[in-house]
Amino acid sequence: MSQKSGRVVAVNGNMVSIGFQGNVAMNEVVYVLSKGKRLKSEIIRVKGSEAQAQVYEITKGIRIGDEVEFSEEMLSVELGPGLLGQIYDGLQNPLPEIAEQKGFFLESGVYLRALSRSKRWSFSPQAKPGDILRRGDCIGSVPELHFTHKIMLPFDFFGEWTLADIVPAGEYGVEDAIAHVRDQRGVERELRMMFSWPVKRAVDCYVERLKPKQPMVTKTRIIDTFFPVAKGGTYCIPGPFGAGKTVLQQVTSRNADVDIVILAACGERAGEVVETLKEFPQISDPRTGRSLMERTIIICNTSSMPVASREASVYTAVTIAEYYRQMGLDVLLLADSTSRWAQAMREMSGRLEEIPGEEAFPAYLESVIAAFYERAGIVRLADGSYGSVTIGGTVSPAGGNFEEPVTQATLKVVGAFHGLSRERSDARKYPAIHPLDSWSKYPGIMPKEVVAYAHSFLERSSEVEAMMKVVGEEGTSLEDYILYLKGEFLDAVYLQQNSFDPVDASVSPERQKTMFHLVLEILGADLALKDKDDARGWFYELRQSFLDLNGAAEDGDLYQSSLKTIRETLAARNPRYGSEAKNMLLRLE
Amino acid sequence: MNKLYSHIESIVGNVISVRAEGVAYGELAEVTSRYGVSLAETIRLDKELVYLQVFAGSRGISTGDEVRFLGHPMQVSFSDNLLGRIFDGAGSPRDGGPGLTDNLIAIGGPSVNPYKRIIPREMIRTGIPMIDLFNTLVKSQKLPIFSVSGEPYNQLLARIAMQAEVDLIILGGMGLKYDDYLFFKDSLEEGGSLAKTIMFVHTAADPVVECLQVPDLALAVAERFALKGRNVLVLLTDMTNFADALKEISITQEQVPSNRGYPGDLYSQLASRYEKAVDFDGAGSITTLAVTTMPGDDVTHPIPDNTGYITEGQFYLHGGRIEPFGSLSRLKQLVNGKTREDHRAIMDGMIKLFSSYRDTLEKKSMGFQMSAWDRKLLKYGELFESKMMDLSVNISLEKALDEGWKILASCFEPRETGLRSELIQKFWPKGMVQTEAAAG
Ligand SMILES: Nc1ncnc2c1ncn2[C@@H]1O[C@H](COP(=O)(O)OP(=O)(O)OP(=O)(O)O)[C@@H](O)[C@H]1O
Ligand SMILES: [Mg+2]
Repeated sequence: MSQKSGRVVAVNGNMVSIGFQGNVAMNEVVYVLSKGKRLKSEIIRVKGSEAQAQVYEITKGIRIGDEVEFSEEMLSVELGPGLLGQIYDGLQNPLPEIAEQKGFFLESGVYLRALSRSKRWSFSPQAKPGDILRRGDCIGSVPELHFTHKIMLPFDFFGEWTLADIVPAGEYGVEDAIAHVRDQRGVERELRMMFSWPVKRAVDCYVERLKPKQPMVTKTRIIDTFFPVAKGGTYCIPGPFGAGKTVLQQVTSRNADVDIVILAACGERAGEVVETLKEFPQISDPRTGRSLMERTIIICNTSSMPVASREASVYTAVTIAEYYRQMGLDVLLLADSTSRWAQAMREMSGRLEEIPGEEAFPAYLESVIAAFYERAGIVRLADGSYGSVTIGGTVSPAGGNFEEPVTQATLKVVGAFHGLSRERSDARKYPAIHPLDSWSKYPGIMPKEVVAYAHSFLERSSEVEAMMKVVGEEGTSLEDYILYLKGEFLDAVYLQQNSFDPVDASVSPERQKTMFHLVLEILGADLALKDKDDARGWFYELRQSFLDLNGAAEDGDLYQSSLKTIRETLAARNPRYGSEAKNMLLRLE
Repeated sequence: MNKLYSHIESIVGNVISVRAEGVAYGELAEVTSRYGVSLAETIRLDKELVYLQVFAGSRGISTGDEVRFLGHPMQVSFSDNLLGRIFDGAGSPRDGGPGLTDNLIAIGGPSVNPYKRIIPREMIRTGIPMIDLFNTLVKSQKLPIFSVSGEPYNQLLARIAMQAEVDLIILGGMGLKYDDYLFFKDSLEEGGSLAKTIMFVHTAADPVVECLQVPDLALAVAERFALKGRNVLVLLTDMTNFADALKEISITQEQVPSNRGYPGDLYSQLASRYEKAVDFDGAGSITTLAVTTMPGDDVTHPIPDNTGYITEGQFYLHGGRIEPFGSLSRLKQLVNGKTREDHRAIMDGMIKLFSSYRDTLEKKSMGFQMSAWDRKLLKYGELFESKMMDLSVNISLEKALDEGWKILASCFEPRETGLRSELIQKFWPKGMVQTEAAAG
């Protein structure tokens, strides 16, 4: 082996140049030794005998001539039991432990182990000596909270391995040897419950990737009914600041019908993460009755934390997601915001003096974004089970204009688009997903034709509205006016949903079906309405009862009484249904 | 240590370079020219070349001037002696008082571990309905006033500062007009708050590099006081000048701009300052109110745009009033669930109706016939503007809520408000009859 050595020869922002001897690998992790601290960095360019590294820390205090230490490893994460419920920074340092040791501030050069070395796990072996194993195969398991955490042959054990020996059931730490395996040439290797994996490589231990078809229920009506997300699918939420991207993700992270949720707080506000990490332990997950935190992992690299580790954080998050997917679980990764990640790339690209593309983003922006979302998917594993990683990313377009590089690159690769509009959020119409601009390629919880039928009311209603702006209300026919009111009604009682109301915040698919049917009974009806004032008054009355209904728990009196009022209000106007409407209602039964 | 260098290699914009050894990134130096001594900060190291940004600017600096490295990064003195004092962007006194050198602390320190933050829980009352009722300000919030020049944003800032119950006010002035500087000084003095105020003021006449130091100086001091358990209010005006200073410097540094000339790291630069707002677990807090003037009243301009993505909402000051649209307090839901049970409903309901009012106004301006409903909305809108939006209104939150119900009841029937029946039963003013909506 060549003797490696290196020294800092230049510092520019969070990039250092290193003069080195020996061999240096691209993306290798190196440490700049500055003032008694070791500052973690990653090699991002090599040219002749000089390499550039992005420093994952504040670079203040670094001097020319400071020594550089080489790790021979790429940036990796630790995988093993103990990840659930954790709060990590972008490099997988556990923030609670750092707080315990260092207090209020994130001092540079402090790196702690991601997985506890002292904790014992109750391991049950599953594989037997003589078994042939491939990477990702399960050799045993430990209970991790309410999950069965599979202990797998590390993902970089290519080829076939024979299990030589394995420990009996018992309590072990993550670094204890629990088994030995031999390859065909007889090379023996020790197995532990933890191993590491380079974050920028997708985990690919599966038999096949399938088409995402099964809806991932979010309990947000406009998503599940109109713009569904599938397990293993991808979706994005672009929107101007304050439109509700983060709130929407927070609500989804509570309610999503998945096993595990990974939150990547990437370059956004620290306060938002605090809300999650203080509140989740108090909220119980209706699926399991345990605290929500037990199914959540937070990767948090907020906006004032070093930019380079912001870039790493989304990869750290997706790698952990893939790891749990390998156990046959459904994992949801929510990244907020992918634009900050893209900006981190832009900052570094600028320092490297690469030729800039649009808005100074690097030319490879699109391919990097595509590669990231490609790590989502539903896969069939070697043991026949299925696991999925669903990725939802927010996008923060400059000026709220979707015609910008990050939004456009993302739209090319995702399966659903929940575009938030300033207009809607200004009018407090939450969630501010624009019903005419958004789309989804995935099947949802309702029949497609019925959804399209309901959606057509929104389209026609907005046409009438646009027309009314030109010809005025007086120039609009009663028929058109009713169409307009129907669209508004659908919007007010079904698309809009109050995230801060205990009942309305999460609506089960069953309840969505009931409500949707009821709404369709109104949309599809020919109604005896005298004139515009009569029509408006009637719809407002109906809206009122519907809003009461939305806030009413199913087992309460208000629920029944509001339902009754709605039925009576409707019956009073002698609703009649054409064949299309009848057909649609039938399909929903 | 402190070696002296007497040959300057290059002078570009406000950045000079010297050949020097052993200099740390971020280290401070003193540059002595015939116009006096200025601080300078190391912003780039390239082999033996050290690039320094000169606080006083490079005007008049000669290649033969002296550079002396100080062996430490930018610092500021921290003690109770700061109270009532006024400094400039280099940290020197601008009030004729003595310079302070005791207990020096570094500025621009590391960020707070998110795990050591707590969820903000305390409302800051301002007596302004557009804030207290519709966009409640919360302790430890970071919130800018978006505005165009000419609007009374500094007056609003000062009014909130005086009304808020805080232990300490730190004013960071950037590119402040001298008149505005005096305005703050006088208002704080009249309000009896000067003794609990510290000011770091860079005026429009001062060198641009010093503008960049102001938020860091103000926030470093604020952070220390907060760690000592004090609740600190930081006022930063005008952050647009700060961002423009960043732009100016990055362009002379030949960095590739990302958007309308602004550097690609504008977001990170602003965020590292705004994110200093904090409620410490077991200590005090920092609340940051800033001013961001919007060039051309354009909220999509990179400065307000990036700011909006960082801060926890914004007050949009327009035509001397806080506009309901475009204004937002993102922390309001943390506190408005505990004020009064009708707070949230009134907040949302009144804004929805106000939005319909604006639509009607548009219709009216296009000459369309006004329906009965339109007339109701017009009446409502006018009442809303005069009783809620007018900045001269100074009432408690509870009074403002009562006023809200009164306005609703005088314009609408209950079902037209979109409010839930149970609230209507409880709060709808009894005996209040809707006066006949005035004919168009
Ligand atoms: N579903 C909702 N119900 C009620 N209020 C909401 C909802 N969504 C958003 N809001 C309001 O809008 C504010 C901003 O929402 P949010 O923080 O999610 O915006 P964002 O799109 O993430 O903005 P940014 O890009 O700046 O992070 C919230 O603090 C809340 O007051
Ligand atoms: Mg957000």
